[in-house]
Amino acid sequence: MIPLNWYLILGAALFLLGMLGFFLKRNIIALLLSVEIMLNAVNLTFVAFSSRNGQISGQIFVFFVLVVAAAEAAVGLALVIAMFRNRETLNVDRSNLLKW
Amino acid sequence: MNFLWLIPLLPLVGAVLNGVFGKRLSRGAIGAIAAGSVGLSFAVSLTAFIQMLGIPEESLPIVQNYFTWIQAGSFQANAGLMLDHLSGLMILIVTGVGFLIHVYSTGYMHDDPGFYRYFAYLNLFMFSMLTLVLANNYLLMFVGWEGVGLCSYLLIGFWFKKQSATDAGKKAFIVNRIGDFGFILAALLIFWTFKSVDYVQVFSAAATMPADQLGMIGTLTAICLLMFVGATGKSAQIPLYVWLPDAMEGPTPVSALIHAATMVTAGVYMVARSAVLFDRAPGALLVVAVIGAATALIAASIALVQTDIKKVLAYSTVSQLGYMFLACGAGAYAAGVFHLMTHAFFKALLFLGAGSVIHGMGGIQDISKMGGLRREMPWTFRTFLIGTLAIAGVPGLAGFFSKDMILAATWHSPNFGKILWAVGLTVAGMTSFYMFRLLILTFTGSPRYSHHDVHHVHESPAPMLVPLVVLAFFSVVAGYVGLPPALTGSHEPIAEFLHFPAAPAVEGVEHASIALEWMLMSASVLAAGIGAYVAYLFYVLRPDLPGRVASGAASLYSILTNKYYVDEIYDAVMVAPIVVTSRQFLWKFVDMLMIDGMVNGIGQTVSSTANAFRQIHTGYVRAYAAWILFGSIVIVAWFLR
Repeated sequence: MIPLNWYLILGAALFLLGMLGFFLKRNIIALLLSVEIMLNAVNLTFVAFSSRNGQISGQIFVFFVLVVAAAEAAVGLALVIAMFRNRETLNVDRSNLLKW
Repeated sequence: MNFLWLIPLLPLVGAVLNGVFGKRLSRGAIGAIAAGSVGLSFAVSLTAFIQMLGIPEESLPIVQNYFTWIQAGSFQANAGLMLDHLSGLMILIVTGVGFLIHVYSTGYMHDDPGFYRYFAYLNLFMFSMLTLVLANNYLLMFVGWEGVGLCSYLLIGFWFKKQSATDAGKKAFIVNRIGDFGFILAALLIFWTFKSVDYVQVFSAAATMPADQLGMIGTLTAICLLMFVGATGKSAQIPLYVWLPDAMEGPTPVSALIHAATMVTAGVYMVARSAVLFDRAPGALLVVAVIGAATALIAASIALVQTDIKKVLAYSTVSQLGYMFLACGAGAYAAGVFHLMTHAFFKALLFLGAGSVIHGMGGIQDISKMGGLRREMPWTFRTFLIGTLAIAGVPGLAGFFSKDMILAATWHSPNFGKILWAVGLTVAGMTSFYMFRLLILTFTGSPRYSHHDVHHVHESPAPMLVPLVVLAFFSVVAGYVGLPPALTGSHEPIAEFLHFPAAPAVEGVEHASIALEWMLMSASVLAAGIGAYVAYLFYVLRPDLPGRVASGAASLYSILTNKYYVDEIYDAVMVAPIVVTSRQFLWKFVDMLMIDGMVNGIGQTVSSTANAFRQIHTGYVRAYAAWILFGSIVIVAWFLR
């Protein structure tokens, strides 16, 4: 049986990757992808703990996260389209009016 | 006597009717409501007075408690009225003179656009004054006391478009407030001492109290002095008399009613009403007498040189009020109230006569621009002459008897009686001088006004002349209720009637010889005669004399024309420091620095904090993400600690 630590290390690595992607990329679609990676890293951790502790609640949480992620993807992509129509660009640093 | 409440309430109904509906009523209707309500009140007063005379003295006073007005713990004040000989006399004076002046006003104010407002105020004044006089406790008296002050303010500033009138109104109100503060303190001290503010209870407690009870004389003196502070405000005595001469900015009938006949005598009434208390506080009595005499002297000396017809009469009023307090201070309350009554008649007459002159002259008040009005205004002249003779103390007229009674009582007063008598006698001479001066300059000689200024000098209409004649009649006969013992061989009827508890001074009168009576009487007649002759000498025989005297004693003359610079001194000592403190400390420091500083400081703190924090709102999505990350790290670190 694969030890729990391996799952946790993989989850952490995925989360870090997603985070790095979020901070380093400028393309908004890449940002959405990074968010998805972070969410799935969390999912992996949930499932791993659920299996280890023999509790079902971790897996139920994963369903919720998946639902939220699906909704986020739908809304997020719609926003991306709207943003592109306005700005002719996908660079998030060009959308910086929301201040003060 | 259940109908007592009608006496003050009828004028109140008149005030409400005129105040609410007056704008839509005709002038005739307004005048009828105003004068009619006071006339009815007079009729009711007369009925009550006559019924009271039929009741044996033991069952007086008649007290009617209508409802409990204030009940708080052991404190109780009733809305109740009290009728005895003193208040009965007062309501007759107030409603009687008031009715005549209402009638006069319908003529005097006929062309004024504020006709209904004027009568609403005047009726409200009658209500307040009657409440003051009829109240059966000090607190209800205070209501009337404040009410007359309010109406005085409203009527002095009646022509509110004139700056000087509004200023005079404010001055009267503020100065009166100082006195009222003394009154309310006295009322509280009375309650604290006697556990009641009801006259009957207070006076019986004070009368049965052992005189040497420790500290009791001190408390009583404090009560009486505080009350007298109230009286100096309302009755224009030193040091609070300054508002009364300025109050002449109001319409002349107002000056006659409020500032001569009724309201200003409220202080005298209060002192007489509280005679039981004052008799047990000899120190306070002495203060009353000295202040009265000093006021009489100073006001009379100012009146010598005034040239405004109403100002002369105003200072004369202050002076005569001083006389009344002098009498009260000598323990002769009956003499004070007697003079109050005769003064109400002849001073109202003089003021209304002055109003008639001003009316006929088209608003001119300066006696140096009058002269010879006897021909144009014969009835005004005749009545004014009677008023002058009465106030000057010519034998046979009202003023003579009351003044003589005061002077006799003062002479017998154990506290500096002879000195105060000498002051009173001097004042009698001065009174005679300035009144004859006024009469001569106004009515005799040749006109000093040009017909260019005054188009049509005319006698006043009948509604103004009839009250003059009636008042002139009473200015003659009112004195005969106080015939001196020297003529009748017994006490003055008025003193018997008012039956104040005998003070030491009054007992002295009893032992006085008839010869002394005659001596004192002839002294006052002599003083009046000298005053009148000097006036005749100055203004008829040798018209150059006044100017020479004025330039000969220039410094004295300028002190008098400037009224001893009292207004200037008050300005410098009281008003200016208050203004400076208000401006520099209260406004610039407390208000601008502290209060505004606090409010603005809070605003500035919020705004500068926000300025610092808004730097984190860069608008870059990834910056926000970084803050989220930072925040989650902090939270996680907190839980893992």
